[in-house]
Amino acid sequence: MSTSNFTRRGMLKTGAIAGAGLALPQILSAGSHSSYMNAPTGSTVTLGFNVPQTGPYADEGADELRAYELAVEHLNGGGDGGMMGTFSSQALQGNGILGRKVEFVTGDTQTKSDAARASAKSMIEKDGAVMITGGSSSGVAIAVQGLCQEAGVIFMAGLTHSNDTTGKDKKANGFRHFFNGYMSAAALAPVLEKMYGKDRKAYHLTADYTWGWTQEESIAAATEAMGWETVNKVRTPLASTDFSSYIAPVLNSGADVLVLNHYGGNMVNSLTNAVQFGLRDKIVNGKNFEIVVPLYSRLMAKGAGENVKGIFGSTNWHWSLTDAGSKAFVKSFGTKYGFPPSQAAHTVYCQTLLYADACERAGSHNPCAVGEALEGFEFDGLGNGKTLYRAEDHQCFKDVLVVKGKENPENEFDLLEIVEVTPAAQVTYAPDHPMFAGGELGACNAG
Amino acid sequence: MDVIILQLLNGLDKGSAYALIALGLTLIFGTLGVVNFAHGALFMIGAFCAVTLQKVLNISSEAIDPTKTDFLGNPLVVKTPYVVNWFGPETGALIIDWSVPLALLVAVPIMILVGFIMERGLIKHFYHRPHADQILVTFGLAIVMQELIKQGFGANAIPTGAPDAFKGSYDFGNLLGFDPNVIIYPYWRMIYFAFSAIVIGAVFAFLRFTTFGMVVRAGMADRETVGLLGINIDKRFTIMFGIAAAVAGIAGVMYAPINSPNYHMGMDFLVLSFVVVVVGGMGSLPGAVLAGFMLGILESFASMNEVKNIFPGIDQIIIYLTAIIILLVRPRGLMGKRGVMED
Amino acid sequence: MLGLNKRDTSFLIIVILLTMFTPFLMQPFSEGSAMAQFNGGYPDLMAKVAIFGIFAMGFNILFGLTGYLSFGHAAFLGVGSYSAVWMFKLLTLNVFPAIILSVIVAGLFSLLIGYISLRRSGIYFSILTLAMAEMSYRLAYSVFTPLTNGETGLQLRPGDPRILDAADASRYPNLFGLELSTSYKLEVLNHVFTFNVGFYFCAVIAIIAFYLTLRIFRSPFGMMLRAVKSNQNRMSFTGLNPRPYTLAAFVISGMYAGLAGGLLAVMDPLAGAERMQWTVGGEVVIMTILGGAGTLLGPVLGAGAIKYLENIFSKINETVLHSWFSFMPDGMEDVVVSFFAFFTGKGWALTLGLMFMLVVTFLPGGLVEGGQRIWNKIRRKKPDTPNNNPAE
Repeated sequence: MSTSNFTRRGMLKTGAIAGAGLALPQILSAGSHSSYMNAPTGSTVTLGFNVPQTGPYADEGADELRAYELAVEHLNGGGDGGMMGTFSSQALQGNGILGRKVEFVTGDTQTKSDAARASAKSMIEKDGAVMITGGSSSGVAIAVQGLCQEAGVIFMAGLTHSNDTTGKDKKANGFRHFFNGYMSAAALAPVLEKMYGKDRKAYHLTADYTWGWTQEESIAAATEAMGWETVNKVRTPLASTDFSSYIAPVLNSGADVLVLNHYGGNMVNSLTNAVQFGLRDKIVNGKNFEIVVPLYSRLMAKGAGENVKGIFGSTNWHWSLTDAGSKAFVKSFGTKYGFPPSQAAHTVYCQTLLYADACERAGSHNPCAVGEALEGFEFDGLGNGKTLYRAEDHQCFKDVLVVKGKENPENEFDLLEIVEVTPAAQVTYAPDHPMFAGGELGACNAG
Repeated sequence: MDVIILQLLNGLDKGSAYALIALGLTLIFGTLGVVNFAHGALFMIGAFCAVTLQKVLNISSEAIDPTKTDFLGNPLVVKTPYVVNWFGPETGALIIDWSVPLALLVAVPIMILVGFIMERGLIKHFYHRPHADQILVTFGLAIVMQELIKQGFGANAIPTGAPDAFKGSYDFGNLLGFDPNVIIYPYWRMIYFAFSAIVIGAVFAFLRFTTFGMVVRAGMADRETVGLLGINIDKRFTIMFGIAAAVAGIAGVMYAPINSPNYHMGMDFLVLSFVVVVVGGMGSLPGAVLAGFMLGILESFASMNEVKNIFPGIDQIIIYLTAIIILLVRPRGLMGKRGVMED
Repeated sequence: MLGLNKRDTSFLIIVILLTMFTPFLMQPFSEGSAMAQFNGGYPDLMAKVAIFGIFAMGFNILFGLTGYLSFGHAAFLGVGSYSAVWMFKLLTLNVFPAIILSVIVAGLFSLLIGYISLRRSGIYFSILTLAMAEMSYRLAYSVFTPLTNGETGLQLRPGDPRILDAADASRYPNLFGLELSTSYKLEVLNHVFTFNVGFYFCAVIAIIAFYLTLRIFRSPFGMMLRAVKSNQNRMSFTGLNPRPYTLAAFVISGMYAGLAGGLLAVMDPLAGAERMQWTVGGEVVIMTILGGAGTLLGPVLGAGAIKYLENIFSKINETVLHSWFSFMPDGMEDVVVSFFAFFTGKGWALTLGLMFMLVVTFLPGGLVEGGQRIWNKIRRKKPDTPNNNPAE
């Protein structure tokens, strides 16, 4: 009779009562078959998909879940295989992971650190998940990443854009495919320079929490480097729903560009308010007044409606890309669900495939082995061109898309158009860059 | 000076939303003695009346256009709203464009009906229960309402624009002799302010000058005596609940173009509207309106950089700080009545 | 025994037994069966029930006895967590200093807030507490980030000083070296039961907290608090000033909340600002009313019901539903699955809202009343059952 044992850091104790009721405590030595947390023993392996299902990001969460289900289907050999066909590493066989059928459990993060950790814990403790993935905000990602590090499972981050996730809060067991605030800034700045010139005065409205701050810092640094002046940086409370009192003074300040460091509902409302105030029809300092939204997503663009037209921003991926990987993904997602995937769906699909592939190459689900296989891994064919999973901070380096709200959408999904694909080299930074300093990966933890 | 005028305008606009919600809440508090945690949800349902009407007006006939393709490369399905088919492109587009003001006509009967059903079906049984029980049942109802809206409309905000005629903003600075672009204010927000002034005025006039209002006011003061006079106060209270729901609902409809509606907008306003009502004083309608505008204006001023530089984070807490100070200085809020909800 | 009469002693013993056997009681279904989804016997959930049980028990001392409805107790929970994590970071990862500090800090903080808020009564008191808690939450999320680490939450780092810990000491919260995350698994006839050090630590503290609550309820002080609820004026006329009694109740309940916050940090060393939000303060109100305000066991039952629903129902996704109903014909299966999907998975909050409405409408005394009704039914069938009522 096999006992799945759950204990960490060397104190592996298993009590077993064999039928008659005789207690046989035994101590398993490290290095035996099940020397890591939740090692799969049977013919299946369980992954934990931890996404927001209630709260403001529930739609992103729902789209992530769709992508996860699609990825599981493809891993198990169902469907058309999606990006498995275009992925440069061909280790995946379509027979699950290491021959084990992939099963999954889902949970609700509620976009709250506490709830997200509770949900992840139940996946680890109750369902025996060997990997946790998902999330749609940086606070949650960092909280769950910390938990996975302590528990000894791999965390494949979902949508998280804060520099801190792979900066000062990076963890050996955590990996991020999504881009970050620094990359947004590095990709956007040259385009903004080209479109709006070197002599601009920027006014920042920033969501008053860590993600907002890191993005504001990144954008301000990049735009100042090309000659822009930062007139003002104003912090707005996270709970704000009406931004009128922050937007009204903008015109008066002498600024001619408004940068909205907001995401989700905050961004939808602040952009709507800014357009309501007619900012974009104004001429300041002899130039057209412009608005920039550094982090865009199609679902947010949908919420803001026609207010997004002509507004620049950056995004991790967009369904209108025409490389083979993106096309394959859009085709299998679109055929199954009837609409194109969001960037959140794309990043979690990639993360699931990358994890599975790393397991195959490592020949094990052991977090340390998987981590080693992911570190420094170079791949292509997942929709972002040539990509590197950097060993120093577990961040993916790949092309970043600069997009613009489309003036004349052809259909309801056609909200953003790609202005430029910024090559990975241009958004790469040193691992010890000051905006990312202050953390350390530590050693990998296998439970 | 210009900044102060600007923030005053902002404050009046924010305040009109607060005052409208608080007004409806106070009607229920004051007349029925019920703590209604579902009031924010009524506001949200009002906004979704506008969303729904916009969707209904956009119900379309479908035709396939083989010259274009959709995202999967299949022939594009071109949709034309039936309204456009029936009324011609210009009138049809105009009707769709004016969906938010039109939604007011739909929202009033719907919200009154929702209010009646809520009162007769649920709230009625809770008049003599402790306030805590009322909170629990109405909070449960609020969750159910917002979850149903979420299942139907998704979690993301749904853009619901104002008619094109009201887009853009008006330059007050020119009028007052300032430089252009210094004091600008969106047309729709001005309409919202005027609209709320009219609704508040109408509710006051209704309570002041009609027999119905007189009885309700008498019932607020002394329910038992009014009942002994042989007047069916219960029926009138049901109607008051319907009116309060309608006020919350049309406040939501008109708010839809200001911020795209989403399913949790009611919860966002819930705590705030309670603070407004209590700061105004329990059982006082003028108090609720006054507190709404006061807190709106204070919130606007607190978000000014000049103020934030002196008190960091003041805009995060100004409403709560004001509430605490007022309640400590004036035990029953601005205009509260003795003995209402004090035990 | 322990200053309790016979009935209360047997009540306490029943509670102790129930708590100690939680790993069995919450794990009624065998592994691999379709019902295993409803098993809640894993350490995190069991500990959460115990911790929120403590939180609600304390809240009940204020609300259940005096009738003062505070919406601000989340602030004390949050302060307790922050104190505990700071203690972990600065002093030692042993849990006792952390818990003691969190109780003290929450006590002081509740003294301050209680002193101000209790100058008013009724809804005015509720809004004062709500306003102070919401202010704490918003400041913790933004301006106080150096102290609270804002959005991300305060967490342990390898570089923390931890001046009392030896270099080779455990890097996780521990009881004099025994890590709280250590678990023992017992497998019997396809059932897997988990015994977790952290859960039993929380459980023992919860039992102590329950015992203290029992004593407070039965004490002259408890009588005074009930007098405040039934008629403050009459109490004042007899020459008694109710303020010191209500303030004492407020501080005691604040300390319970701080203890719960400290335990949350002990089980999972991360303190986030969201713990101070009004929704958490509202949650404990709901737990108390749902279970039965003013009863001894009610708040704990309410806490258990809400935490169980939140954690278990939110995990029942459509794939799980399909596996349950796969025996049905295809068309019917889809209908049934989409019906249940309305209430589980992403719709779990709908079930929660419906439960609030149903319980408060049909069981005015909360879940405890439901238990009593069932008990009475059983008793009517067997009239010779002794007349003791464990649900108080």
